[in-house]
Amino acid sequence: MPFGIIEHSKLERNVALLGLFALVTVAIGGLVQIAPLFWIDSTIEKVEGMRPYTPLEQAGRNIYMREGCYVCHSQMVRPFRDEVERYGQYSLAAESMYDHPFQWGSKRTGPDLARVGGRYSDEWHRAHLKDPRAVVPESIMPPYAFLAERELDAGDMTRHLTALSRVGVPYSKEAIAKANEDLFAQADPEADSAALKKRYTKVQVRDFDGDPMRVTEMDALVAYLQMLGTLVDHKKAAAQQVRNAEMPR
Amino acid sequence: MAKKPTDSNQRIDQPTGTPFVGHEWDGIEELDTPMPRWWLYTLYLTIIWALAYVIMYPAWPLLNSATEGMLGWTSRGQLAAEMKAADVKRAPLINSLAAIPVEQLLADQKLYQGAVAGGAAAFKVHCVQCHGSGAMGSAGYPNLNDDDWLWGGDMASIHYTLTHGIRNPDHPETRVSAMPAFDGILSPVEISQVVAHVQSFSGKAKPNAKGKELFATNCASCHGMEGKGLREFGAPNLSDNIWLYGGDTASITQTVLNSRQGVMPRWNDKLDPATIKMLAAYVHSLGGGEATPAAPTTKATNGQP
Repeated sequence: MPFGIIEHSKLERNVALLGLFALVTVAIGGLVQIAPLFWIDSTIEKVEGMRPYTPLEQAGRNIYMREGCYVCHSQMVRPFRDEVERYGQYSLAAESMYDHPFQWGSKRTGPDLARVGGRYSDEWHRAHLKDPRAVVPESIMPPYAFLAERELDAGDMTRHLTALSRVGVPYSKEAIAKANEDLFAQADPEADSAALKKRYTKVQVRDFDGDPMRVTEMDALVAYLQMLGTLVDHKKAAAQQVRNAEMPR
Repeated sequence: MAKKPTDSNQRIDQPTGTPFVGHEWDGIEELDTPMPRWWLYTLYLTIIWALAYVIMYPAWPLLNSATEGMLGWTSRGQLAAEMKAADVKRAPLINSLAAIPVEQLLADQKLYQGAVAGGAAAFKVHCVQCHGSGAMGSAGYPNLNDDDWLWGGDMASIHYTLTHGIRNPDHPETRVSAMPAFDGILSPVEISQVVAHVQSFSGKAKPNAKGKELFATNCASCHGMEGKGLREFGAPNLSDNIWLYGGDTASITQTVLNSRQGVMPRWNDKLDPATIKMLAAYVHSLGGGEATPAAPTTKATNGQP
């Protein structure tokens, strides 16, 4: 045994020694996975503009997860030229820091959605979700017409936001208290949304599903899709990154 | 069970010349055949390669970042280099495009052809989702191959539409107009009269006096007395039998009742100015492109008699 510090035959005959060595081996693997979590604050670069999801966006996000959109759509623009030229600025870690769980996905049957916000009109999203082939004849996406039929039943958003704040999403006390009002205020252009706009920068307030009388699941999902990737000013963020990259050298 | 092996019972297997390991289970013994040389050397090579890799490339996670590696490679750095190389390749076209006002692009044929080619590629990425792979549009999304334009079909108008969008939410410079929804303003009978009058422009229905009167008071300020439209307001020409939302009675009734507010996103926050100019050139080249008007647009006709 040229590399053996301890004869293997000794190790396999001594339960205590074998247990100790097994623990050390497993601990290395565990540390590699767990240790970075303790330094996560210092490894995620700071980016201006990020804010927690509004209650309506969060409800849309829940529908996105319920329908398994992440199975075919990623939300992660990787730093490759082909992706950057198609989808825009590559994703930054900070852009999914309020995602619980994140929606990076692992497979693209459909296109990446990390920067889909503002690329299409609400009307396009409605037509496309109801019948994808109506606007993109080549599409193989299944239709989700029922979203426009179903009233939005998001549950108690106050408790939802409380749960998120416990895992570190910085919702203010006020935002949590007003969560249920904010949920409907964002889909109603007639409502007084001044407080909502103050709480959530760059929030888009309008009737997303084309039916002003009701707030449907379509409202929530389109509101979520229309904000994806719109919070960070990439021109500023890119400059910031160049600085970050230059500094340590 | 196997007995503890000792060197004293090193026996050689006669047929192969290989020593036994010393284990024995029910008469079956194991030979201590050495690893093939090629296998061992491959293993050593991979170890050396791994060591070199760890030294050359980012590897060990530290408190704030990882070890950087001697080559200083980063995925972002590689991307920046690739983008730069591509930019250098495209620089002649991009720089010329940046320098030339979009109205004068047609005068420079070589540059124009380059812009059209670039625009065709960008169109496939950013525009086909609404306007279709052949730019033929669909209900609510205009066909860009014909010469029927809502907001103008000369290079500068197309460029403005691309840059600022149409009814783009929260953007002050976007093209905006709002046709009123006549549900409740006009009675159902009046609406059917107006619809019939609108259809009479393209010979689909007989003219009716009441409809004409209603059209004159409610619609003509934007669409014109003859229904020729007004590009200043993006008011469509109603006489050319080209319909964005359908020309049958039911579709037009819907349009009059609820109005239509088509939205096109602005692209100046997503694409660079050169790409937007290329897209303008491409859309202009599709067949319906108009010459730049000498003076500000006075005519609102769409080239149809």
